[in-house]
Amino acid sequence: MQGFLGIDVGSVSTNLVIIDENINVLENLYLRTKGQPIKVLQEGLQLLKEQMSPQLKIMGVGTTGSGRVLSGAIVGADVVKNEITAHAIAASTMVPGVQTILEIGGQDSKIIILRDGIVTDFAMNTVCAAGTGSFLDQQADRLHIDISEFGTLALRATNPVRIAGRCTVFAESDMIHKQQTGHNTEDIIAGLCEALVRNYLNNVGKGKEILPPIVFQGGVAANAGIKWAFEKQLGFEVQVPKYFDVMGAIGAAILARNHYRENGGSKFKGFEISTSDFSATSFECDGCANLCEIINIYQDGNIIARWGGRCGKWDHGIQ
Amino acid sequence: MKISFPHMGTSHIAFKHLIEHLGHEVVPPPAPTSRTLDLGVKYAPEFACVPLKMLLGTYLEVLEKGADTIITSGGVGPCRAGLYPHLHQKILKDLGYDCKIIIFDPPLHNLKDFFSKINYIIKKGGKSWRQFWKEFKTSWLKLCVLDDVEILSHQVRPYELKKGSTTKVFKECLHIVDQAQTREEILDAKRICEKKLKEVPQDPSRNPLKIGIIGEIYVVLEPFMNMDVEITLEEMGVITHRSIYLTQWSRQNIIVNTEGSIYKTAYPYLKKKIGGHGINSIGETILYARNGFDGVIQVAPFTCIPEIVAKSILPEVSKDLNIPVLSLTIDEQTAKAGVQTRLEAFVDLLEQKRLHGGLNYARVSGH
Repeated sequence: MQGFLGIDVGSVSTNLVIIDENINVLENLYLRTKGQPIKVLQEGLQLLKEQMSPQLKIMGVGTTGSGRVLSGAIVGADVVKNEITAHAIAASTMVPGVQTILEIGGQDSKIIILRDGIVTDFAMNTVCAAGTGSFLDQQADRLHIDISEFGTLALRATNPVRIAGRCTVFAESDMIHKQQTGHNTEDIIAGLCEALVRNYLNNVGKGKEILPPIVFQGGVAANAGIKWAFEKQLGFEVQVPKYFDVMGAIGAAILARNHYRENGGSKFKGFEISTSDFSATSFECDGCANLCEIINIYQDGNIIARWGGRCGKWDHGIQ
Repeated sequence: MKISFPHMGTSHIAFKHLIEHLGHEVVPPPAPTSRTLDLGVKYAPEFACVPLKMLLGTYLEVLEKGADTIITSGGVGPCRAGLYPHLHQKILKDLGYDCKIIIFDPPLHNLKDFFSKINYIIKKGGKSWRQFWKEFKTSWLKLCVLDDVEILSHQVRPYELKKGSTTKVFKECLHIVDQAQTREEILDAKRICEKKLKEVPQDPSRNPLKIGIIGEIYVVLEPFMNMDVEITLEEMGVITHRSIYLTQWSRQNIIVNTEGSIYKTAYPYLKKKIGGHGINSIGETILYARNGFDGVIQVAPFTCIPEIVAKSILPEVSKDLNIPVLSLTIDEQTAKAGVQTRLEAFVDLLEQKRLHGGLNYARVSGH
């Protein structure tokens, strides 16, 4: 049986999925990156190997996310794709006819507009993280509430308070003020959800034509309070797909499947790499005043990739 | 006098030629690096746009190397750039540098001021106006050759077989042009460079996407500022066309040739000059759409008002003419990884648009 592996290495989570040739999700993993992308990726591969059916043969691999180049070099990816395209492909396959994708992860948020299944516009947050999962994490911590209870508590609100959400620091002062004036926790949490959504729509969603069907994905889509706030502010139904937290990895897997159909063959190094010894070294290039940090990636002592230079002096030459 | 000036793309090679031949010592401005930016950011007001910071950093670097005079451009109108050289002078004075900054405003703004400043530079070098005119013409030729060679490199790079080979040859070409002193040598250098670039192994069967690059002049012209947007795209196999070349008014063969027609083209969307290159960004987007380009990328410094005005008008142009536009806002906080992701996604978007023809409907993306 043929399987296709998709890997999404983000700043907060590392996700792996295996799909079959008809894009049914066979396996999926959501792991915390914890600042150790190589180690977590190897653990993930090991877990997948143990979980998956022994008849399954990986015919292609795709990587995406901010760690796409690193993970691509490590596993031997056939496709290395940016997360915007990967998310769009996954959503338009899982939810045919989708016109708007709202994606909120730990540290980034994006909006993708599709028409007739084609991406026509997109945006990502740049200067501010007040519309991302980290914002909620911070505030949940401040309220001593587990982030997984956040959504259900928000839905119990009867009179959500208005919280200034432009900046996490000011949101916090505003929230403390609301606590001190006697508002209950549920109303404050619902207010925070609305603040995040307002921020997202004002920054990332600014000027975009948001039309249904609307899909909401990324780790924050687990939060029912945010879904509620989106529906309230947009006036449309918002769908959360079954595999909302691994959509990037699904997109990468679909791209690997398409690549296999068109070209055949794969550069996948096999699950054995979970036991290989990967290491990274870096040095400061003193060729000019940029003093670039050049990173070397080694597999069992052999250099497999190098990057980090501004001028390309070190990038070229290693395949 | 030990003279220096801002670094902008490859133009320093021609300016160096002119100043040297006018009998002055030149302290060539180094290509901006992260150190330059760090220096600028340290001493510039936080809310100023990134060209002010980068130029300040450049000035500090050339002053360290012994420059005593800086020649720069001023400006009139709503863009803050006209104020910057005066601000630079004040900041440098506060830091204890006793250097002279000679500011050239557009000649028609004040002819007397313009000529008296040139006269000062000529006389200090012991030259005549006649010699100045001769050297000016040679330097202008050098500037034109630099632009010609660069334009050719942008045409070759998307077809190169080995990534990085064009850039390597282009760097050699800049050295060759730099060495050429007389008119004949400069024209020879042009021929040699064109031959070298055309000899870069290429795959002519490719059918690259075409993207126009618009925006504020400094971030458009200085590759360090725009995260090498042209080279990055071309190494992804995309043809780029830059809207701004310093020698463009003498060119008739490129799409965007005279300012007059830009204002006329932009008129349905913007009826007033708004300073900087704001109106150009509108006009150029229209021209790129009319000339069959697949997309346009706007690069603008963070807080640049002319480009912010343009950016708010561009969605309408984009929709009317069905040409996708990606806006990249640049300041000292901009990270290469974020720009790379957006460029890749934008190229994917354009490829899909090309595959599916007129079905698409485009808007301004990015931020």
